[in-house]
Amino acid sequence: MNGVHDMGGMDGFGKVEPEANEPMFHELWESRVLAMVRAMGAAGAFNIDASRFYREALPPHVYLSSSYYKKWLLGLEDLLLDKGYLAREDIAAGHAVKPAKPLAPGKLSVSDVERTMVRGKFGRPAPAPAKFKAGDRVRARNIHPTTHTRLPRYVRGHLGVVERDHGCHVFPDTAANDAGENPQWLYTVVFDGRELWGPGSDPTIKVSIDAFEPYLEPA
Amino acid sequence: MSEHHDHHDHDHSELSETELRVRALESILTEKGYIEPAALDAIVQAYETRIGPHNGAQVVAKAWTDPAFKKALLEDATKAVGTLGHVSRVGDHLVAVENTPGRHNMVVCTLCSCYPWEMLGLPPVWYKAAPYRSRAVKDPRSVLVDFGVSLPKETEIRVWDSTAETRFLVLPMRPEGTEGWSEQQLAELVTRDSMIGTGFPKLPGAPS
Repeated sequence: MNGVHDMGGMDGFGKVEPEANEPMFHELWESRVLAMVRAMGAAGAFNIDASRFYREALPPHVYLSSSYYKKWLLGLEDLLLDKGYLAREDIAAGHAVKPAKPLAPGKLSVSDVERTMVRGKFGRPAPAPAKFKAGDRVRARNIHPTTHTRLPRYVRGHLGVVERDHGCHVFPDTAANDAGENPQWLYTVVFDGRELWGPGSDPTIKVSIDAFEPYLEPA
Repeated sequence: MSEHHDHHDHDHSELSETELRVRALESILTEKGYIEPAALDAIVQAYETRIGPHNGAQVVAKAWTDPAFKKALLEDATKAVGTLGHVSRVGDHLVAVENTPGRHNMVVCTLCSCYPWEMLGLPPVWYKAAPYRSRAVKDPRSVLVDFGVSLPKETEIRVWDSTAETRFLVLPMRPEGTEGWSEQQLAELVTRDSMIGTGFPKLPGAPS
């Protein structure tokens, strides 16, 4: 979706402000939200793509005015409500008043936590040969799906060159909507800064994205 | 989508309201049998004690001292890091990118906050915030200025936007004046920001 989360190239957000000696969490609740998202994902309530989509789908003013972990909290609540793991009655009561919906694989136990500390595997066997190889010129498609996508707006319609082939990966655009893993070839595609930002821009800049094959067309 | 009518915040007490809301959610999910608070404690503890930029620093220092490891790292970083028993395990699709005199690498996630957690720990707030995400792909030199970093004007800047499940670790250039240093001494010079590409390693003799 063309949401406010797709920030590449936007102006007006001001300076980057690194915080000296930044703590890992600024509030205790932030750590609980992080852990709840990880634990509910591991329990099978949602995949990483769905959790990203629910944060992107927050209303723009909420997205922009909420802290990072606040967005995680709001996205988590919406996702669990939509999938039926949580009911408005539960939230209103502050306790579980509606029956639980079965989860597979189910509750993450302490002894399984270590497993979740390593990222999941997203590589999959290839359902078809790759259409592109390193060195190929490609154009990022001018597409505007209203659902989850990992093709940022700032590259759409622009010419780039395939630099690396990462094999086949779970396709976020379908995985986020419970429409299946639908594995797709994934490539690093490099764009010249002037192609993206115009002839007057810094000539020393190159920007790459990792693009799934359906995002690309031959050029 | 769910409705968002309950998402407005009250300025006077946002934190306490949020805290109550988080506690209530944890209670509900626990009562429903979905989560175990002790498992949440263990997840938080792992990030607070074990997973941080010291992992990435060890990898960088090893690459600076062992050419065969460096070659393996640049070819397949997940596999190469997996051979180091003392570094925490790392997931698939880690890619190491090397800074050279002619090319400086910088990593961003314009769409959310993708970051090599296992190598660098949880990302800092600035990495997840709008100023960095919006500007890094359009005007990375001005972003570097915000970090007090300047590069020769002819140096190529390559920005890696982390749009998939690949994760990028910058291999910075080894500082001059460190000939003969041990891996452990070198690791002390490797900063988190130097592995994101928004900084350089510390110089020998600089205050830590």
